Amino acid sequence: MDVLDVSRWQFGITTVYHFIFVPLTIGLAPLIAAMQTAWLATGNTAWYRLTRFFGKLFLINFAIGVATGIVQEFQFGMNWSEYSRFVGDIFGAPLAFEGLIAFFFESTFIGLWIFGWSRLPRLLHLACIWIVAIAVNVSAYFIIAANSFMQHPVGTRFNPQTGRAELVDFGALLTNNTAIWAFLHAVTGSLLTAGAFVAGVSAWLMVRSHKRAEAEGDARSMYRPATIVGSLVALAAAVGLFFTGDIQGKLMFEQQPMKMASAESLCHTETNPDFSILTVGTQNNCDSVTRVIDVPYVLPYLAEGKLDGVTLAGVKDLQQQYQERFGPGDYRPNLFVTYWAFRAMIGLLLIPVAFALIALWMTRRGRIPDQRWLGWLGLITIPTPFLANSAGWVFTEMGRQPWVVVPNPTGDPMVRLTVTQGVSDHAAGMVLFSLGVFTLLYGVLAVIWFWLIRRYVVEGPLEHDSEPAPPRPPHEDDVKPLSFAY
Amino acid sequence: MGLQELWFFLIAALFLGFLVLEGFDFGVGMLMAPLSMVGEGDSETRRRAALNTIGPVWDANEVWLITAGASMFAAFPNGYATVFSALYLPLLAILFGMILRIVGIEWRGKGDDPRWRGWADAGIAIGSWLPAILWGVAFAILLRGLPIDADHRVHLSIGDVLNAYTLLGGLATASLFALYGSVFIALKTAGPVREDAFRFARVLSAPVIVFAGGFGLWTQLAHGKVWTWLALGAAVVALLSAVALMWARRREGWAFVSTVVVVAAVAVLLFGSLYPNLLPSTLNPDWSITIYNGSSTDYTLKIMSWASLTLLPLIIGYQAWTYWVFRSRITADAIPASIGLSRRSS
Repeated sequence: MDVLDVSRWQFGITTVYHFIFVPLTIGLAPLIAAMQTAWLATGNTAWYRLTRFFGKLFLINFAIGVATGIVQEFQFGMNWSEYSRFVGDIFGAPLAFEGLIAFFFESTFIGLWIFGWSRLPRLLHLACIWIVAIAVNVSAYFIIAANSFMQHPVGTRFNPQTGRAELVDFGALLTNNTAIWAFLHAVTGSLLTAGAFVAGVSAWLMVRSHKRAEAEGDARSMYRPATIVGSLVALAAAVGLFFTGDIQGKLMFEQQPMKMASAESLCHTETNPDFSILTVGTQNNCDSVTRVIDVPYVLPYLAEGKLDGVTLAGVKDLQQQYQERFGPGDYRPNLFVTYWAFRAMIGLLLIPVAFALIALWMTRRGRIPDQRWLGWLGLITIPTPFLANSAGWVFTEMGRQPWVVVPNPTGDPMVRLTVTQGVSDHAAGMVLFSLGVFTLLYGVLAVIWFWLIRRYVVEGPLEHDSEPAPPRPPHEDDVKPLSFAY
Repeated sequence: MGLQELWFFLIAALFLGFLVLEGFDFGVGMLMAPLSMVGEGDSETRRRAALNTIGPVWDANEVWLITAGASMFAAFPNGYATVFSALYLPLLAILFGMILRIVGIEWRGKGDDPRWRGWADAGIAIGSWLPAILWGVAFAILLRGLPIDADHRVHLSIGDVLNAYTLLGGLATASLFALYGSVFIALKTAGPVREDAFRFARVLSAPVIVFAGGFGLWTQLAHGKVWTWLALGAAVVALLSAVALMWARRREGWAFVSTVVVVAAVAVLLFGSLYPNLLPSTLNPDWSITIYNGSSTDYTLKIMSWASLTLLPLIIGYQAWTYWVFRSRITADAIPASIGLSRRSS
């Protein structure tokens, strides 16, 4: 492996790993804020206990998201220094904004929320978690605006004197249509992740409560409402995902036709091509692909919103066009990964949707189901949105290859960079070493994360969280303990 | 003052904020284990008393670093790219340490089990010592310069990274942060832990004066400017007054203010000596990466200036409010039982 391969693997592993945890943070923060709001609005302590319960799971997850996020900030310079030089005038600004507008708020107010239960007046304490919930979403916006520049560079111009891309319109960078829809898509995906998490965990606890006499009241007061809320959020998010994904797909057919052609294994330019559900191919070569199951009308609709009269460019023709425009080279992404990641992303969506519908049906009119399979189905559902999130990013990032900045068909054609040009000129062995360090560390932490989440889910809402702490304003010379989290 | 100068100043200010705020976080993490082994009382509650002094604030303190790094990317991409790729291995070790530290702190209380806490404490210790040493090493490398060629590529050899000056830099920041942590613990606790924090500060005073003083003097003589003598002088005076107050076992509030001045003055000395370079070349001064040949366009710098100059006062305001909310001292007696799950219940 050369340094490019190792660096790409490292970026892929650290980024996909980071984004396992981040969607749960982004989606769960507003749900916990809503639970705490429900407690204060209704005075029902069930919502208080749910806030504490999911709050604890949220914090276990939050820690690892923060820890792996620092790597993201540093590795552009460490591993992709040529890229950083080429786009730094544009790409650094949204990252700095993310720090100034989102990270400071998020980290300060999460500390106030964790330790402030009995320190702050209740409404102020509630405001803290809402600020965290807004800040994590704002942070998603800036990082996706940065990523969308790589997918679809706007507001920029190549400066031949400095040999780099330069920012000419910051407003255009922030209102990049790719960024807006990718952000909404990522946020709805995060809400699906969190909704399925809340519903799955609560459904399992609800079913289990039938075996525990002392927990039966909890099932009615906490687990059933939480299952319903989680299911509704997941369903609404799934609708949002289809809608935002559809618009994003249409943009991608315009902006990155090669990515979409590979996602469809479309070798040659066709009019009204069929949407493929299953293909069999070898050697990552689109000519070898045998199309097993195809559906008509879907693909023309996905691309342009019409059922008929749509011509889509194929991989081979695009490759020829790119060679004419950008010189010799292979401009095709990995066909197998692009095709299957796209299908995994969509296919995995069906599981949380099915679970949410079943859970809503089985809890209708005050029912508290006791079927064990429902609890297990809830647990099985939880990982599926996580996998779909990863598949979605693998699709959009691998489908961008070999570009690190894809040339904008309607923008400055000189603003483009391939991964080969962007990578730092390190010794492959050193990057391989760091890849090993990160992979090992991340692997161990993932095991601990899973083990902790599992333990706290199995334990359920804890006894000592059953009474809300009264706010106690500090007095001078007050040597009372803080609310200890550590 | 031009935009490049303003941004050198702002990035220095962000790093200064990081060193001033995260410095005592590192110190508390470094001293958590040693503090638990001396003095009276249950060692576990003593550890928790120390850790909870930084509990509500350490996460936000760390964001100063993230924002400093991102701002360097945005304002001086050439400098960011060269510095971060040249310091690959030190940064890797710093990242490794900081990851361990974050999960160690956050996950420690999630299990009520001595072995679990042992692992978390190891993570916190490694994650505090390693960055505390390596930031000193990293700044020393930057000041000393690297063999940068005319194309701004670095040809690194081991001697550029490990030498007497960079090792002294590591010892200087490590000892300084440990002292800073002991002063902070003295300020934020009451009872036996506070008494022991005074003892630690006294023990640390000699190494800090030797290492930090030596590093400061070397930096000033080798790389300093005339006006940075002022920063060095302020650091020395503040350090001596902090040490004197800790020996007198009183006025830890003033001792803390003095230590803040020491760390801030050291940051001023480092960045003042570096200016206007971001990374000097040891091969040819003309090949150094400066704020002029490594900067973003005026357009980007202007947008960034507006954003940071309006947001930073707000950020400083609400962070300061956090410290006010959690201003009470902590005593080991008042630490409640662990709220983590015991082993049995898994």
